[in-house]
Amino acid sequence: MSRERSTFLQTLLAADLLLLTACGSAQGPDWRTLRPVSDFGQLGAEVYSDLIWWTLGIFVVVELLLLYALIRYRSSRSESEVPSQVHGFTALEIAWTLVPAAILFFIAIPTVRTIFELQGAPPTEDPLEITVVGHQWWWEFQYPELGFVTANELHVPVGRTANLTLSSADVIHSFWIPQIGGKRDLNPGSENRLWFTPTEVGEYYGQCAELCGTSHANMRMRVFVDDSATFSEWAAAMQAPAVPDSAGAMTFLISGCAACHTIAGTPAQGKVGPNLTNLARRTTLASSLIPNTPEHMANWLRSPDSVKPGALMPDLNLDEQRLNDLVRFLDGLR
Amino acid sequence: MTATGHGSVYSGDLRSWLTTVDHKRIGVLYGISALFYFVVGGVEALIIRLQLASADGAVVGADTFNQLFTMHGTTMVFLVLMPLSAALFNYMIPLMIGARDVAFPRLNAFSFWTFLFGSLLLNLSFFVGDPPDAGWFGYANLTSRQYNPGMGIDFWILSVQIMGIASIASAVNFTVTILNMRAPGMSLMRMPLFVWMALIVQVLMLLAFPPITVAFIYLLFDRFFGTHFYIPDAGGTPILWQHLFWIFGHPEVYILILPSFGVVSEVLPTFSRKPLFGAPFMIFSGILIGFLGFGVWSHHMFTTGLGAVADTAFSLGTMLIAIPTGVKIFNWIATLWGGHIHFKTPLYFAVGMVGLFIIGGLSGIMHASPPVDIQQHDTYFVVAHLHYVFFGGTVFGLFAGVYYWWPKITGRMIGEGLGKLHFWLMFIGMNLTFFPMHFLGMDGMPRRIYTYAADLGWERWNLIATVGAFVIAVSVLVFFVNAVRSVRAGERAGGDPWDAATLEWTMSSPPPEYNFAVVPAVNSARPFWLHKYGPTRDISTRTKEEGTPSQPETPPERIDLPSPSGWPILAALGLSLIGGGALVGLWLVLIGVAVLVFGVYRWAFQPLERLGHPSFGPAPGGGR
Repeated sequence: MSRERSTFLQTLLAADLLLLTACGSAQGPDWRTLRPVSDFGQLGAEVYSDLIWWTLGIFVVVELLLLYALIRYRSSRSESEVPSQVHGFTALEIAWTLVPAAILFFIAIPTVRTIFELQGAPPTEDPLEITVVGHQWWWEFQYPELGFVTANELHVPVGRTANLTLSSADVIHSFWIPQIGGKRDLNPGSENRLWFTPTEVGEYYGQCAELCGTSHANMRMRVFVDDSATFSEWAAAMQAPAVPDSAGAMTFLISGCAACHTIAGTPAQGKVGPNLTNLARRTTLASSLIPNTPEHMANWLRSPDSVKPGALMPDLNLDEQRLNDLVRFLDGLR
Repeated sequence: MTATGHGSVYSGDLRSWLTTVDHKRIGVLYGISALFYFVVGGVEALIIRLQLASADGAVVGADTFNQLFTMHGTTMVFLVLMPLSAALFNYMIPLMIGARDVAFPRLNAFSFWTFLFGSLLLNLSFFVGDPPDAGWFGYANLTSRQYNPGMGIDFWILSVQIMGIASIASAVNFTVTILNMRAPGMSLMRMPLFVWMALIVQVLMLLAFPPITVAFIYLLFDRFFGTHFYIPDAGGTPILWQHLFWIFGHPEVYILILPSFGVVSEVLPTFSRKPLFGAPFMIFSGILIGFLGFGVWSHHMFTTGLGAVADTAFSLGTMLIAIPTGVKIFNWIATLWGGHIHFKTPLYFAVGMVGLFIIGGLSGIMHASPPVDIQQHDTYFVVAHLHYVFFGGTVFGLFAGVYYWWPKITGRMIGEGLGKLHFWLMFIGMNLTFFPMHFLGMDGMPRRIYTYAADLGWERWNLIATVGAFVIAVSVLVFFVNAVRSVRAGERAGGDPWDAATLEWTMSSPPPEYNFAVVPAVNSARPFWLHKYGPTRDISTRTKEEGTPSQPETPPERIDLPSPSGWPILAALGLSLIGGGALVGLWLVLIGVAVLVFGVYRWAFQPLERLGHPSFGPAPGGGR
């Protein structure tokens, strides 16, 4: 019996140590939420690194106490005596009420300070205003000051605060780019705000974080933090898009595409689907699901629903000739 | 052993089960239903884990996946954890407080059948091919007709609403039972901790179900009658749903965890052969947890955009809950401290519950801090957190209770070897499944996604989690094998196999129909211990009395029990027909109303004791 007990305890100890090592290695730099690339994300990560040490510390102390009690006070066969019937010890109980309260105080201070920092006014007079509208299942990004609209790939210049106004065209979505920072919901019928100042040039992954229907998992996006020259070049191209005059342009207009999609500089001014201005400059298609190549584009046009289940874009039943024209046209939008 | 040891409390045909008003039989019915749905919800979880085992999984499609996690959550909360708690409440509370039944035996039967019919209605949605798919939390306006035109959401609203009626009826019943039916001398402070936690849970249910009922009625009106409570285009607000849902939803968390706290507070003292350390602190911390639980709902909404002041208030309120919860954990450890710990299966599960719940509690403290929570919200980190609370906490705690009271309920011991194998497999499987989810969440994996791209680096931990889920499945299988073996050929359990302290161990196992041949007199929080070991060892007892002795085998005086009744099940059927009728047609609703009214009418005019009602002991007149 006692061998059985000691196996129990050894295994329990081993399991705990494993968990701990896992926690320890998990502290490593790999996780996206702990590699913030904005002041917004940095503030949250700092509170996290405070909390993780408190919680790990409490975890170790309490689990070790539990294990110690189990090992030390396991019943041995020779014991027929009943242990001393201790009913409580008020001073001790008050102590372990007050100590956690004190620890919580140290957690609460950075928490409250950071809440007000994160939800206060943006830290600059002149942020880049961006309006984000969530749709089933794609992202609309409007740049009201710059006068253009794009979708699914957000561009922001490094070092300049972006001030996002968030809302939704249908159901609740949630805007989340883990490396930029915490998420905020896009609510239909009301507006939320979120600001961040990107600190590192790069491409970052994000996706919708609030269940929004069939293709919630496919509502992905990319954020490109550009250096200011690259951003200016991109913005200038968005403001003055070149539109190739090809057979596909006509196909786009007469096959129904224009009913939903806008391409700046053409008669296509539909507002239901994503704005396709300079589509060829994007690296991905279909809310960041597939790479932006002619083959993937053709696949998408042939059967949107099999790429993105539930996609609201209809299958247009284009013949191969028109499909190729269309792909070539869209591939030239840059 | 005794005449009742042959299971007379359970003998009888199907009719006797359909019309039973015996709290023990109803407890068994709840338990069997809950374990059945535990398998159903578990299979749903296994399919989810298979789908996510690798990137771009193709086991199920997007819509099916959404239905699976919606049904998994709804099933585990309403069809498994609540009824499994209800099973233990039903069976044990009257035995622990020295009562012959609950206050309203027929209402108790009505609660069970209403729950069962509601749960069947929910699962009927699978058979009509349209299960709900908007999550167990069903955020508006994804649940509106416009974005969810099928019948799935209607099934969900109506069945959860019906089960809510069962919960409220049962909460009324047990509140009255606990407050009014205690044996003489059992003051509130002498009441076992399990009964205390049960009482708090009943009060939480009474207060938490009305808000969700309101939320459901609004949604029902939006979907059936074209109102706009949650429709933004018409001036409604979907965020109203979030408030109403979480005003219910957060107390619901405590409705799910407090029964397990209660079980652990019975099991640890019994197997360390000591009283519970600081019982009054444990009681008051339980009350405080329940009370504070109503003031923290918006910590589920830190990303909704309520503003800095609201976030601060709800953040600090949530942190406060950590204090009474910490008290409980320290008091449990102190209960083990200085004891003579006997390593039986119930103790394994109780200790496992404490060890695992600590992890869930600590990640909960992280979520109390909005700057941290907004990164973890709606990610796999939260999935890990809630499973450490509900699986590590509730499931382990309730299994501790199942193993602890198994001999009392079945009259037979359950295998220790298989029990420990069950524990180890479940413990390892649980940590394999849920611990890696912390890492996935921190790395940016949202919840409720049916697919993810391979280049995100999420495959390794997802695969490990899937392996863990199957280890859990094997552990559950081991439990069922153990249970069947015990019922068929288990060693007979005496009345008091664990040398325990409370009243339920003073009678034979399983208990006779009337529970107590003699209503016990109670003068200690541990009446049976006091009887066995005397007052000198029990420093809290300043009385010279003998405690409460074992029950005599036959009642010295006549005992009359309430008659079986078929009207509760008929009323429950009528209620369910009303719910189901909303999906079929007005005619069925009207039939349901008629059945309900008829059932309640006959029930109301049926005398509790009729000719031929069960009675025991000496015949009237001849006994004295």
